[in-house]
Amino acid sequence: MAEFIIKRVLQALLVLLVMTVLVFFGVNVIGNPVYIFASSECDQACLTKIIADLGLDRPVWEQYLVFLGNLLQGDLGNSFTHGIPALSLIFERLPATLELAFAALVLALVIGLPLGMRAGLKPEAFSSRCIMAFSMIGFSLPVFWIGLIMILVFSVQLGWMPSIGRGDTVEVFGTEFSFLTLNGLHHLAMPAFTLSLIMMAMVIRLTRAGMREVLFADYIKFARANGIRERRILSAHVMKNILIPIVTVLGMEFGGVIAFAVVVESIFSWPGVGKMLIDAIGVLDRPLIVAYLIFVVFMFVILNLLVDILYSILDPRVRLGDSPT
Amino acid sequence: MTAVLDVRDLDTSFVSPSGTIAALQGVSLTVNTGEILGLVGESGSGKSLTGFSINRLISPPGKVVGGQVLLHGQDVLTLGEEDMRQLRGRRIAMIFQDPMMTLNPVLRIETQMYDALSAHESITKTKARSRAIAALDEVGIPAPEDRLRSYPHQLSGGMRQRVAIAIALLHRPDLIIADEPTTALDVTIQGQILALVQRLCRDRGTALIWITHDLAVVAGIADRLAVMYAGRIVEIGGVDDVLDNPAHPYTRGLIDSVPARGTRGKRLNQIPGRMPALTDLPKGCAYAPRCPRATAACEAMPAIEPISDTRAVRCFHPLTGEAS
Repeated sequence: MAEFIIKRVLQALLVLLVMTVLVFFGVNVIGNPVYIFASSECDQACLTKIIADLGLDRPVWEQYLVFLGNLLQGDLGNSFTHGIPALSLIFERLPATLELAFAALVLALVIGLPLGMRAGLKPEAFSSRCIMAFSMIGFSLPVFWIGLIMILVFSVQLGWMPSIGRGDTVEVFGTEFSFLTLNGLHHLAMPAFTLSLIMMAMVIRLTRAGMREVLFADYIKFARANGIRERRILSAHVMKNILIPIVTVLGMEFGGVIAFAVVVESIFSWPGVGKMLIDAIGVLDRPLIVAYLIFVVFMFVILNLLVDILYSILDPRVRLGDSPT
Repeated sequence: MTAVLDVRDLDTSFVSPSGTIAALQGVSLTVNTGEILGLVGESGSGKSLTGFSINRLISPPGKVVGGQVLLHGQDVLTLGEEDMRQLRGRRIAMIFQDPMMTLNPVLRIETQMYDALSAHESITKTKARSRAIAALDEVGIPAPEDRLRSYPHQLSGGMRQRVAIAIALLHRPDLIIADEPTTALDVTIQGQILALVQRLCRDRGTALIWITHDLAVVAGIADRLAVMYAGRIVEIGGVDDVLDNPAHPYTRGLIDSVPARGTRGKRLNQIPGRMPALTDLPKGCAYAPRCPRATAACEAMPAIEPISDTRAVRCFHPLTGEAS
């Protein structure tokens, strides 16, 4: 296990290094932030001063090396617009995004698993066909459209749901959380549901496919032949087998959900990192963009590692260093 | 001897919108206490289906459509789902063909044995553990305490089959249906498993149906033998009797198809053709198109008729009394 983890960490570092190159030089190609910061009456001398202040007078490769050196010390630079470290900006906004993403994940599992199991148990039933049609819709309709329609229906027409913001929050360990208050939950419901749709559709389809496969396996027949109750067969003997692909896909998907919560956060004005990124791109706040992208890559790498470890817990056959006797 | 299992005129069909396929027709057999009945036939002859029909585990669209399955005189086909569940594993147990597939790959042996135990009795984990250890010990698994913590992939095929047998025997069932349990194993392991099952069944008076296509295995283990062809039993009787003097031309053909010592270099006798598909059964005797003795009479289905006290055969032209 230790060897496996060390290998994965080295791989992860390489991925991170390649990403810094891509991100840093990529961001340098799009537009010049100096013109955004300079006021209209700024003359050449003033422009030169701004450029020097931001460190943009030096060659790009030198800027990169400085950036890399700072990165090694955990410093991702100061935001051009806010003037404070980009990383602390991200961490300030991250809890809101994490809360949204976790709520979406929980919704996807709590709704998706039972629906998928139902569709797998009785694939011919009308209800199962409806479930599969729903999952198809979840996959194919664009998230921003669903979000807007939900606001239109539930907030504007019916007036049941608030359309923007986090609502009342409670501070736990120095971080604000919405899901602990009724009003916050009320605000969380629509964005979380919107964000969960794709994951939910995926959980439904994976669960159904897994059920169709596992239900006909010999070991399920054997369990039945031993008189084990159907409830126990489904909840342990079947479930543990179908969870393996679901955990794999959700783990990878979860990183995506955090990274691309951008759309949902923008629609529902959810004050998370996604909305922050959109704002940063608008004003070409290079350090903030770079810091965010590096952060996302880092998160993906960590998530994949976690999935691998979780996978080996679920499936004893991939447990490394566990030789057969 | 009392009959543990008495199957009478069992019919099993696959019902689909495009029509009904009769997979088992008029299957009748009995198994007595402590007796081992060998059930042989080619792939698709319905021998496994017979096993699954007895404990009602056929997956749809398969369905038992007629007959009786009497376990100690009680027809299990009339039982409700929950009563049937209580019967499975406790009174009728099963062992499957592929030990790689019969144990759940993601659950520890301990969990699987505990589940099998707690399905039929309320039992504490500690008590279940000692029962499981005793059961594993009984089937010759070394260091059973350690094996409990193992996952199936950590055991060899033979060991896995032993675990499956231990699970099947946990509740001391009246009847075990063994569906080709040694087919996937090495010959030496096969021998060990055969001896093990034979000993355990004899010690406990458990009746056993041993489903296989391997006549050598049947000759070694069974007391009586039933031969199936295209969903019907074509011959049934004492194992030595049937193997030494087969009455049905199909049984004869099967025995001749087995390579034997002392016949090296000679051409093996094969049965020409192949078993007809269940969707396309010939009129009358299903074996007639391949049978050297077929006549015009074989265009009707022969009934299974006793030819002695212990034997019965489904043929108009049985081989009785002829030199083989």
